[in-house]
Amino acid sequence: MTGVALSPRPLPRLAVLGAGHVGPVIARIAIDAGFHVTIAASGSPEQIALITQVLIPGAEPRWAADAVENAGIVVLAMPLHKFATFDPALVAGKIVVDAMNYWPPADGAQEMLEDRRYSSSEIVQRRLANSTVIKTLNHIGYHDLEDGRRPAGSPERLAIGVASDDPRAAQVVEEVIDRLGYDTVRLDSLRAGRLLEPGGPVFGALLGRAAFNIAMHAKAA
Amino acid sequence: MQFPLVFGLDTFGDMTHDADDHPLSHAQTIRNVVEQGVFADQVGVDFFGIGEHHTDDFPMPAADVVLAAIAARTPRIRVGSAVTVLSSDDPVRVFQRYSTLNAISNGRAEVILGRGSSIDSFPLFGYDLADYEVLFEEKVNLFAELRKGGPVTWQGKTRASLTNQDVVPHTEFGPFPVWIGVGGSPQSVVRAAHYGFALMLAIIGGSPARFIPFSRLFQEALDKFGQPPLPVGVHSPGHVAETDEKAREDFWPRYLQVIRHVAETRGFAIPTRESFMYEVGPQGALYVGSPETVAQKIAANLTALGASRFDLKYGMGGLSHEALMRNIELYGAQVIPRVRALLGVRS
Repeated sequence: MTGVALSPRPLPRLAVLGAGHVGPVIARIAIDAGFHVTIAASGSPEQIALITQVLIPGAEPRWAADAVENAGIVVLAMPLHKFATFDPALVAGKIVVDAMNYWPPADGAQEMLEDRRYSSSEIVQRRLANSTVIKTLNHIGYHDLEDGRRPAGSPERLAIGVASDDPRAAQVVEEVIDRLGYDTVRLDSLRAGRLLEPGGPVFGALLGRAAFNIAMHAKAA
Repeated sequence: MQFPLVFGLDTFGDMTHDADDHPLSHAQTIRNVVEQGVFADQVGVDFFGIGEHHTDDFPMPAADVVLAAIAARTPRIRVGSAVTVLSSDDPVRVFQRYSTLNAISNGRAEVILGRGSSIDSFPLFGYDLADYEVLFEEKVNLFAELRKGGPVTWQGKTRASLTNQDVVPHTEFGPFPVWIGVGGSPQSVVRAAHYGFALMLAIIGGSPARFIPFSRLFQEALDKFGQPPLPVGVHSPGHVAETDEKAREDFWPRYLQVIRHVAETRGFAIPTRESFMYEVGPQGALYVGSPETVAQKIAANLTALGASRFDLKYGMGGLSHEALMRNIELYGAQVIPRVRALLGVRS
């Protein structure tokens, strides 16, 4: 079990930015788990109204600026090359989940992310200097994300890595992920979050918490 | 069911091996694909599709040329791309090649358009992957104009404009069928409906049931855009052999090797025997087994997805031409009639 809440707190409101492969899946499982969810793509709410209505009933399509306004957690689920033109002011002061991946063989190389001394989320954090970035939800296939959910305590429950430089924000996000149906494994810095990246030991793999820990330590050792 | 059931086979020109497990040459692989397409016609398969690829293990960049050879030697089978990577091609050229194929085949050509999940064609032809979306959006738009027939006027950022341009050859029997292949992007589903293209769901891993909402989204979007009803198809990988055991033992080592090879570029996890058995089971995306097992799974998923078309992506790098021919024979002679019977009974 992750954190033990002594008194019921209101659930954070989620804003999902991105309506491609990943965003709608995250939004849908979040609605299922009882969260209030807004979703935005790069354009107008009308452009994603039908997708929202059919695939994510209950979520509210918005312009990006409106989607994030009352959100406690903003999930970035856009292609990383679009992030290069994303306005950091939109998410200032927010917890930002970076579910994006830098994956040059599939998406092409990008100058901003080519400095391999840093994990992609460190570079995202540097651009979003006034936000708290948490790297998570990036390493599990979007198709597995929906099917893989299990109640807490289930022997089949899968683990999702959560990397952050901010333990308090990480805990907030871990509680969300637990509610979505996954165990979490903490990585104590965005730098360590490199283990969650494409080509890393857990990327695309479906692992329970114990196996997840073993895979990460085998790689780190 | 609103549309007739259609059963196809797709190949990417996967590298095949000889009896000593040595890879055949690209040239021999291509000639074998021609033989496979001709044989598919003979055993009663409705459609033969070739997916454009540009790598050593899938030497199949000119699908239309291979399809033309098959068309010239067959009376019946439909022939098409599966998929054409439109983003890195010229829509005018694609239209010309496939309307030529349509002429050669007496109206049996189809095109399945994709953005390309294998993206080898981008650097090869000098396209920037960062332009992935705009390239596809614009080129689909132009392709839709071309397909209508008649002079085309078009303007965009990704190619030269056209003004009242007649593009030949004209099609003989009206527009040929066009599909959009969709792997997981809901916006691609909506785009297909917007242009009045049929929807081909590429389900290559995980539960086919998770595509049910996409099928619904497609119907809703067709309604919204005032388009007539259009079919939904499923493209999935598999291998048919005499028994479940033989099919799995043929397929598994090759599958493991191929996925291991592409894992890094495609972001796939390396499969385990356990994950493989899940994929070949009723909840997974692979159609590997005896004719009965594969037929049952196809029937169940077509029903669940409201789909009328199934294209089996046969072959896996390293299998022999002979194993592929046997797969084609079993698919045509046993699987297809069995699925028709199963669905006939149900409906």
